[in-house]
Amino acid sequence: MAAFLPRRALLGAAALAAVPAGAQSLPTLLNVSYDPTRELYRAFNAAFAAHWAKENGGQRIRVNSSHGGSGSQARAVIDGQQADVVTLALAYDVEAIAERGLIDKGWMGRLPHNSAPYTSTIVFLTRKGNPKGLRDWGDLAKEGVGVVTPNPKTSGGARWNYLAAWAWAQRQPGGSDAAAEELLGRILRNVTVLDTGARGSTTSFVQRGQGDVLLAWENEAHLALKEFGAGQFDIVLPSLSILAEPSVTVVDRNVDRRGTRAVAEAYLRHLYSPEGQALAAQHFYRPRDAGVLAAAGGVFPPLNMVTIDEAFGGWAEAQKAHFADGGSFDRIYRPSR
Amino acid sequence: MSVALPLPRQPGASLWRRRRDALPGFGLALGITLTWLSLIVLVPLSALVLRPWELGVTGILQVLSDPRVLAALRLSFGSALLAALVNLPLGLLVAWVLVRLRFPGRRVLDAMVDLPFALPTAVAGLALTALFAPNGWLGAPLKAVGVQVAYTPLGVFVAMMFVGLPFTVRTVEPVLRDLGTEAEEAAATLGASRAQALLRVVLPALAPALLTGFGLAFARSVGEYGSVIFIAGNRPLVSEIAPLVIVQRLEGFDYAGAAVIGLAMLLLAFVVLFAVGLLQAWLRPERRA
Repeated sequence: MAAFLPRRALLGAAALAAVPAGAQSLPTLLNVSYDPTRELYRAFNAAFAAHWAKENGGQRIRVNSSHGGSGSQARAVIDGQQADVVTLALAYDVEAIAERGLIDKGWMGRLPHNSAPYTSTIVFLTRKGNPKGLRDWGDLAKEGVGVVTPNPKTSGGARWNYLAAWAWAQRQPGGSDAAAEELLGRILRNVTVLDTGARGSTTSFVQRGQGDVLLAWENEAHLALKEFGAGQFDIVLPSLSILAEPSVTVVDRNVDRRGTRAVAEAYLRHLYSPEGQALAAQHFYRPRDAGVLAAAGGVFPPLNMVTIDEAFGGWAEAQKAHFADGGSFDRIYRPSR
Repeated sequence: MSVALPLPRQPGASLWRRRRDALPGFGLALGITLTWLSLIVLVPLSALVLRPWELGVTGILQVLSDPRVLAALRLSFGSALLAALVNLPLGLLVAWVLVRLRFPGRRVLDAMVDLPFALPTAVAGLALTALFAPNGWLGAPLKAVGVQVAYTPLGVFVAMMFVGLPFTVRTVEPVLRDLGTEAEEAAATLGASRAQALLRVVLPALAPALLTGFGLAFARSVGEYGSVIFIAGNRPLVSEIAPLVIVQRLEGFDYAGAAVIGLAMLLLAFVVLFAVGLLQAWLRPERRA
């Protein structure tokens, strides 16, 4: 069956448009996602294909996923990649696709919980025993601490890191935007490697031995522990972090053209099902389902978290103030400030 | 190879006329060439030239005066020039060994030179980083003597040397092979020392090829992304290369700003390559004669 697909693709758009969706023997679905979700969606795609076959009289489907930096994945979809669904690191990237008319403007209200079926947060991963005694955001600015984080300009995860530190600094006694910018400046001066993506930073910290602390997605930190042995690293929870809500939605223009809306919507709904929630938890994403969260026990300790809306007035504002051209991140790297 | 006899130059005949007489299908060949070049080179480049004007002149100047952009351009062009320069003697040496010496394993060595061509750049970058990281095979001893390569501008230079080397070797090698040893032997019989023969006979003959190799190695390294990005550390103002700054602009959906930097790189590279071309024309044997 698989060998058939490329040839069909070659028949061209005209022929494809003429074929009603039902006539395609093996519907395929493309999920364009971000960097650290590889393992989650590998498992979930298989689970969903089995679920779909059971519900639809044994109809087989194939789900492919594509992974990369959240921003560049969004750009790929804008530039014409035929994604049926996008599952990106932040709402801002989905919003960028919606702005160009590929996704309905009201996408965030179409699924429960801001269209984010699982959440994550930002934690510290330190060397075993936390030799530098890094407990909170302020410690990262100390002299002689090596920090590893991706670049907020190219990595969705890094934007969450940056904003979490900012929110913490604002809430300290005497905290203000100026104090936050000052703290971020000192933390960024401690950065030894500024990779372009979250997975690259994990590699620099874990395999190349760079830095004393990695600012990481909670799921990425757990994955590093699992892959490289719990004996080498510690996960440290700061006193305040940020609630990361990775957004999922259907790319309306593509599913309508390809006739895959029903299966694409079922795919996303299945993320909210007990099976989808359990898989998310298994891959260290915090499930929305209270029962599944409780069953995961001590993996997800309660943590004080701010949301992007309450602390920064939403992504559009946060992007403009911090990561756009001339934002606070650029100001930090302007020598004559 | 010389099939066509040298045509007697007729002072009165125009350039156009002479070419048309010498080669059949002149119009067709030129037509295909121009069409092909336009499709492959000019159309994509014209998009790059047109895009920045969305920002207006002040916007363009603002992008180009950003200290991060300037630092990145300085790093990319500085390291690429330096790497190409260092590759000149090294590439010449490798070509010399491959052409003039006979030893077991020469063919293996010969094939190895092409590896940087064939290897996916990301693989090269990962391998170099693993090697030169402070906990790597080469990085650890280097760290002991106080040198860090990975995650510093030095790493950028090392990666660029790696990708540029085959260009110098492969451009010099055929010229060196064609040169043969006769000229050097003649120089020796006329009383030249080995150094004199090398400096006054061999090197002048190789100079145009060396310059071509320099230009190609430079052009390849200056825009190199994949192999450099892993080893650079990518710290703004320190070890951030210009192509990365372009990628960052794109990630922020700032297509015009990215195009400004792209255009600046294109123009700078053109200036360097044009200078290399001028130097080459100046060194041409008939000019010296």
